[in-house]
Amino acid sequence: MIKFTVNGEAHSVEGDGTLPLLWYLRDIAGMTGTKYGCGAGLCGACTVHLDGEAVRSCVTSVAAAEGKAVTTIEGLAENADHPVQQAWAKHQVPQCGYCQPGQIMQAAALLAKTPSPDTDAIDGAMAGNLCRCGTYPRIKAAILDLAEPAS
Amino acid sequence: MADTTNIGSLSRRAFLKSSGAAALLVGFALPGGSGSRAARAEAPLQVNAFLRIDTDGTVTILANHSEFGNGAYTIIPMLVAEELEVPWESIRLEAAPTRPEYYSPVFGEYLTAGSITVFSLWEPLRTAGAQAKAMLMDAAAAEWDVPPEQVTAQVGVVRAGDRQAGYGELVAVAQARNIPLRESVTLKTPADFTVLGRDRRRFEGRSKVTGEARFGIDIKLPGMLYASILRSPAYGGRPQSFEDSETLKVPGVVKAKAISNGVAVLATNYWSARKGRDALTVTWDEGPNTGLSSEGFFEEYRVLADKPGMLAEDIGDSLSVLAAVQKPLEAVYELPYLAHVTLEPMNATARVETDRCEIWSGTQYQSNDQERVAALLGLPQQAVTIHRPLMGGSFGRRSSKTADFTIEAVEVARGESVPVQVIWSREEDVRSGFYRPLFVHKLRGTVDDDGMPLAWHQTVVGQSIMQHTKHDPAYMVDGMDIYSLDGCLQEPFGVFSYGTSYAIPNHRVETHNPPKVGVAPQEWRSVGHSHTGVAYECFLDELAYAGGRDSFDVRQHLARGNARMSAVLAMLREKSDWDAPLPEGWGRGVAARVYSVTPIAQVAEVSTDDGNYRVERVVCVVDCGFAVNPLNIEAQLQGGIAMGLSAVAGEEIVLERGRILQSNYHDYPVLRLNQMPRIEVHIIDSQEVPTGVGEQALAPTAPAVLNALFAATGRRIRRLPIRHHGLQLS
Repeated sequence: MIKFTVNGEAHSVEGDGTLPLLWYLRDIAGMTGTKYGCGAGLCGACTVHLDGEAVRSCVTSVAAAEGKAVTTIEGLAENADHPVQQAWAKHQVPQCGYCQPGQIMQAAALLAKTPSPDTDAIDGAMAGNLCRCGTYPRIKAAILDLAEPAS
Repeated sequence: MADTTNIGSLSRRAFLKSSGAAALLVGFALPGGSGSRAARAEAPLQVNAFLRIDTDGTVTILANHSEFGNGAYTIIPMLVAEELEVPWESIRLEAAPTRPEYYSPVFGEYLTAGSITVFSLWEPLRTAGAQAKAMLMDAAAAEWDVPPEQVTAQVGVVRAGDRQAGYGELVAVAQARNIPLRESVTLKTPADFTVLGRDRRRFEGRSKVTGEARFGIDIKLPGMLYASILRSPAYGGRPQSFEDSETLKVPGVVKAKAISNGVAVLATNYWSARKGRDALTVTWDEGPNTGLSSEGFFEEYRVLADKPGMLAEDIGDSLSVLAAVQKPLEAVYELPYLAHVTLEPMNATARVETDRCEIWSGTQYQSNDQERVAALLGLPQQAVTIHRPLMGGSFGRRSSKTADFTIEAVEVARGESVPVQVIWSREEDVRSGFYRPLFVHKLRGTVDDDGMPLAWHQTVVGQSIMQHTKHDPAYMVDGMDIYSLDGCLQEPFGVFSYGTSYAIPNHRVETHNPPKVGVAPQEWRSVGHSHTGVAYECFLDELAYAGGRDSFDVRQHLARGNARMSAVLAMLREKSDWDAPLPEGWGRGVAARVYSVTPIAQVAEVSTDDGNYRVERVVCVVDCGFAVNPLNIEAQLQGGIAMGLSAVAGEEIVLERGRILQSNYHDYPVLRLNQMPRIEVHIIDSQEVPTGVGEQALAPTAPAVLNALFAATGRRIRRLPIRHHGLQLS
């Protein structure tokens, strides 16, 4: 029995510990906000937080989540009003919207660690999250908007 | 009828009572807006097939266009709200059923494509809004016994003197008094617009930052099984036999079954289906393509390009002018297959019963899918219901003429007592899809004594998208595919009512349609322009240099007879600082295109450093008529530029012995955030009918970047992508 929490709630998985967290979340827990894009950690659409770290849930097994806290887009903030979500709305980032849960989770993890990222830090942190619609200028603007003035 | 509450944003199914056309009134709420869904006991006012007003004042539009990032769900309520005088965000959207009365008047089908959604809805939806408002005002005038000219309507309220009534109240009055619909209404002019022409946020936008947005892949139905398909390693192969004993040992796997193009494994979750699929042993009939390779096509097409083809345009006498020149400039441009790689891999869900079928599919071509599913199952077309989840990008992939991913889900679900969702892996998506066809362009040209282009001779070689499809009659002219030639011709051609905007005195264009073998050709954002843009605008640049003329001067000279393009170019020259000097190792390139009527031009600025280059800045000017929603226009243009840059820098699908070599984002690289240039968008101020922007921006980007690289390095790259030439985008 593998145990972990998802958005603060206890979850347990019996059986195959190699089951990717992505498919546990989507098909077994029924939480579809986390998206499948590549299955190989190449696109970032499935990004969730594992103990606060941004990870690709398509290449993270449920066994690797044992004892840890998983946060998904559904649990990022109480009323889906995390500052990153608000900035995404303000800057009208999404087009098709499919990659955006992953983008938002990646950006939230960046800002939690680096409250004042410069453009190089944003490039570095976000380069692994693909957006085929080309919303990158808005992603960048939204993150810069949230960056606290450097002290 | 199964419970549909689990399908999220498309949840609350509305069964509405109506007077009359009841069949029109079954709809599914689309996500977004704040329109209420109060139970309605009384008959709503059905203004026309697309517009309904309930007795509580709720305005509902039956939207017949799909949302895949294009902004259709935002534009549609905006157009109605402007004339109806209601807050646009209060409007409800429902997916119009797949019935002929909802087909696009432009296409005659239920299809969202061609960057013409705004153009095609501009009159009809504003007219519907104006007619509805007029009817409610007429109802008030009759009820209050006042002259119609004393009646006004604003924000959902009709007034005359000190009398007032909400739209909802007047619905009943209009029906009781049998107020007729006015055939003719006067629409507002842009000077009076309050909704249109302003930045409007995406109607379904909130659901896309909360994770609530439901795409096809997010559909969950009671008892639903998931399926993964093992496909032939060679494109177009079919299974002969399979062995599933190991598959059936995988926990969660229910069964394996052969379908026409593979073997499907059904399981209680997708991961089990994938593991079961990977445990299959299949014997393949590898099909007709195993002798085919990209290199073979390039060789064959280069040979064809030297031979006379079908003549598409012959202005002046290019052949004689070029024959008289000792050494005309000559170049061959070669463009590979491209994949769409939408972030949401293809998927579809189907429930097949004996007398009907329900589909949840991210198709942008509902009527075609419905028609093909009905034919497969031997059902009447209206026995097939197509639900419309949001789509995680399309870029042309979801307008499949074979309805491939929908049909496949039906094949898998057929004979099952539960619905089945087929999800393609990314590898299947890259290897088993439809592609921007591979093209070779041969160009010859010369300049006059002033160094301006005098004669042009272009031969376009590549497989037709439209030939032998049901679109053949509309898009083929004497055996030539107008999409293959879009962007090469100076004069209108077939149903395309525009030319390049350039006037080269001698202009000859020929084309070959080699046999449609190998991978299936499909529209890819900007369609023909994705290859013609490169060949045309780069060779034009070559001619400009050959004539010793400035590239921008040449374009302005050639477009001088086209007022709209001339205005675009004049603004671009200024905004891009074209005439200002650049540092060593930097370069600027320009390209100007007309796609689906919209003139658009860009200047790209690149810096180079050994084997790396960076696109520092792209300045884009567009004349898309009246700018209905500038916020969305800017987003679409940014997106088109990103995709154009992505393709020219790194994208390539390679066919070898019938197999596609690429498989995922590591070997089919798409543009990343750190590679994105600074983009500046300028929209020409215009009161003209709005035209498209969804695909247009892609067309000039690739040639502008290639021309800028030449300016920076002196190297002409004529075979794409750029990364094969020792230059990496950073």
